Amino acid sequence: MNIRRLNWPLWTGLLLTLVGFFSYISVFMWFPVTRDFPWANLLLFLLAAVLLFIGLRRAFAPDRPHPRRSKILASLVTAFSALVIALFIFGFFVFARWIPESKGAPKVGQKAPDFTLTDTSGKPVSLAELLSTPINGNPPKGVLLVFYRGYW
Amino acid sequence: MRGIEKSLDSFNAQGIRPVAISVDPPEASRNLAQQSGYTFPLLSDQNGEAIRRYDLVHAGAGEHGQDISRPAEFLVDSSGTVRWVHLTENYWVRARPEQVLDVAKLLK
Repeated sequence: MNIRRLNWPLWTGLLLTLVGFFSYISVFMWFPVTRDFPWANLLLFLLAAVLLFIGLRRAFAPDRPHPRRSKILASLVTAFSALVIALFIFGFFVFARWIPESKGAPKVGQKAPDFTLTDTSGKPVSLAELLSTPINGNPPKGVLLVFYRGYW
Repeated sequence: MRGIEKSLDSFNAQGIRPVAISVDPPEASRNLAQQSGYTFPLLSDQNGEAIRRYDLVHAGAGEHGQDISRPAEFLVDSSGTVRWVHLTENYWVRARPEQVLDVAKLLK
């Protein structure tokens, strides 16, 4: 394929779409600034959309050597990229918000319900113990309970 | 949780003990702690005792359709009273250690 004829905006657009999709979990998720709102990914998608649009226009220009082939290919690449971007937006802004409301969760000023759970060595640990076991020789001022989804 | 590990010295200096809770069995939590280098306690709530009491059950949301905990953070003072709650609306958005440390300064 002649390099001058290669529809580079189209392929760069596809590449940026994929980078925008996968970079959230591999890179941007690790920094609170880019994690809490995925502006870095949305910026990549915006750039990808512009390039895809240019690529699509090139593919539909009358001077293409294989007009039919380039039109079909460009349409498929653009549709696929649009699907990937839509999936990301759905995943972040819709799916990630499907969380129970937890209306009965303890509120500020209420007593934290006690519990006895198992630590990683299989030993039982209660909230009362966590609140009384010294930290570096001093009685603790408090305990931060971090509930997470788990991976098992 | 990575953020908590990074700020663990600040938490200790403030007299705050971070503890993470999930439905993972102890072996799974041990592996996670080893792989990720977490040195604060990871507690196992396999029967969902604490998660139910704190109304955090996310039914059927686990990888194999099991009930798991939704993400949530609570700061409890030494008298056992809740002093700060963070119930995120988006799975990706979590409390930052600085938020907790700011509240912790107010505790005696």
